[in-house]
Amino acid sequence: MKVWHFSEMAYHPAWPALRDSYRVVIPSRLYDPKIGADLYHRYLDEWALCDELGINIMTNEHHATATCADSVCTIPMAILARETKKVRLLALGMPIGNRNDPIRVAEEYSMLDVISRGRIEMGFVKGVPFEISPANTNPADLMGRFWEAHDLILKAMTSHDGPFNWEGTHFHYRSVNVWPRPWQQPHPPVWMPVGSPGSAKEAAERGMTIGVLNTGWVLTPPIFEAYRKRAAEVGRPMTPQRLAYMALIGVGNTRAEGWRRADQILGYSRTSGIVAPQFMNPPGYASAAQSAQALKMSGAGGFRAGRIQSRDGRNIDPRTMTVADAIDAGLCFAGTPDDVFDQLRAFYDHVGGFGHLLMMGQGGLLDHDETVANLSLFSREVLPRLADLTV
Amino acid sequence: MERIKIGEVSLELPTAGAGPPLLFLHGGDYFAQHREFFDRLARYWRVVVPRHPGFGNSERPDGFRTVHDLAYLYLDLLERQNLGKVTLVGSSFGGWIALEICVRCLERIDRLVLIDSVGVKFGGREERDVADIYALPGEEALRVTFFDPGRAAPDYARLDDDEAIAVARDRQATTLYGWRPYMHNPGLRQWLHRVRLPTLVIWGENDGIVTPDYGEKLCRSLPNARFELIAKAGHYPQIERPDEVADAIDRFARAEVRS
Repeated sequence: MKVWHFSEMAYHPAWPALRDSYRVVIPSRLYDPKIGADLYHRYLDEWALCDELGINIMTNEHHATATCADSVCTIPMAILARETKKVRLLALGMPIGNRNDPIRVAEEYSMLDVISRGRIEMGFVKGVPFEISPANTNPADLMGRFWEAHDLILKAMTSHDGPFNWEGTHFHYRSVNVWPRPWQQPHPPVWMPVGSPGSAKEAAERGMTIGVLNTGWVLTPPIFEAYRKRAAEVGRPMTPQRLAYMALIGVGNTRAEGWRRADQILGYSRTSGIVAPQFMNPPGYASAAQSAQALKMSGAGGFRAGRIQSRDGRNIDPRTMTVADAIDAGLCFAGTPDDVFDQLRAFYDHVGGFGHLLMMGQGGLLDHDETVANLSLFSREVLPRLADLTV
Repeated sequence: MERIKIGEVSLELPTAGAGPPLLFLHGGDYFAQHREFFDRLARYWRVVVPRHPGFGNSERPDGFRTVHDLAYLYLDLLERQNLGKVTLVGSSFGGWIALEICVRCLERIDRLVLIDSVGVKFGGREERDVADIYALPGEEALRVTFFDPGRAAPDYARLDDDEAIAVARDRQATTLYGWRPYMHNPGLRQWLHRVRLPTLVIWGENDGIVTPDYGEKLCRSLPNARFELIAKAGHYPQIERPDEVADAIDRFARAEVRS
């Protein structure tokens, strides 16, 4: 199993000033660039350390938010492509339905792939509903743009005989000719985050690796199962490497130390869903049937913040979730190295196996020294045992 | 429900009444709240109310994506239905469609009524002509939409599944046609001189989505238009004051006939 360290590069110093929304409408006067610079550098140091620890690197992006100051997922990768030498670099990733220029995406990924000498993995993401407003893209045809951009980017990265023409529904170019061509042939591996069995099927049809985030013990098995089933139906080779699961991980020399780290990382889960409700379901983002149900449930305001389910079906409010709740829900593995491995193995068996662990090893207020200790202990005591996990 | 097929597009086409023809182009939301207004119009008019493609149970083909498509569709409908010369009425988003029709072809249109129409950009690039209702908290969005939200706004919890899906489809389709540029066509203003028709611009005095000031600018930009304010009404005066709006349309049509 491959392990990837992920952090949202949160700008947490602004959090105490925020109330009903951590996203979209918050003024950037709450961001102090001098503190922000220090934070960027420490997060980059933690990723650079991963090269020595044998942990791969994952970035993401969000916009207009203090929960994730990584607004361009390829910028930290551009730094790390040179600063690291061994581990792989996953950007999960580029919101290609919200980016206006897919060719620019192909160029960024190709350059990164060459500079890193073939270590890039390309994520294409739909984006959460509250990314629509910062991008001002049309939510009613987001997936049409997503798939057209996906097709165009892959064709642009795999065409090496001069310009080609693209006059689609959403994107228009008369001379697509991307330089450089990527290092990996025919192109770097392609990933997509997935939150439902329906999108798992779409990814399976194309052989993409799916990253399943924040779905936990109850919702993950049907997503993985839908992928395996659809891959078999369309004759795509199925390996655990097609499936990835994200978990918050706090490991310590004692259980108390591991839980304390996990509790700080959970600052991510407790804040990332706090969004003014009018941005939670822009018309057309969800299906008419889903929006109709939301309308009946909560009136014109639309969706409420997501709920997380415990193993026995209780709703857990992410804003007040404890470490015990998060472990029960399968969102978090925490404690001693033995605890973490045992929880991970139980989850792995429960969902039928997966090939990538997306480890949120830093989140919320967990500081640099604690993050280094967390990642180092995981690398030393847990990572070597992951070879024991097989389906 | 009556339906009509125009080319690839299958539309719901409710009609009522037996008088002179009136083609009503509805706005983006609150269609179900128009019953009283349609009943009142049907006393004098033959009212024809196409549900736009993608709205309600009307189908929207893949390539049908813009307000321009809607304008040509309704020009086709006017030819196909042989309604004679119609009074064209457009509310909100439907007013934008009506303007796009009228800058193209006036052949089968007698007169135009715009009710709190969107579609034209008057302000500068940092001014917002049309309130961004999608960025407002739910209750505030209702406050800018209606004079009296407590009376006019529907109770969504009481809708059955079909009714709720129709509302969701209306909002989804409005978004598809009107999200960016937001509720206007940047090029439309330069062609408004082509709307050489007797025009009545009706506006809800309390409209917080497009204010009466916008309505007056729109009125002044049209060659032959007059402005009428409806008191105690917001963005959909025909929902909050159906008699007053229907009376204004009747008076306008009869005055034109007399002159």
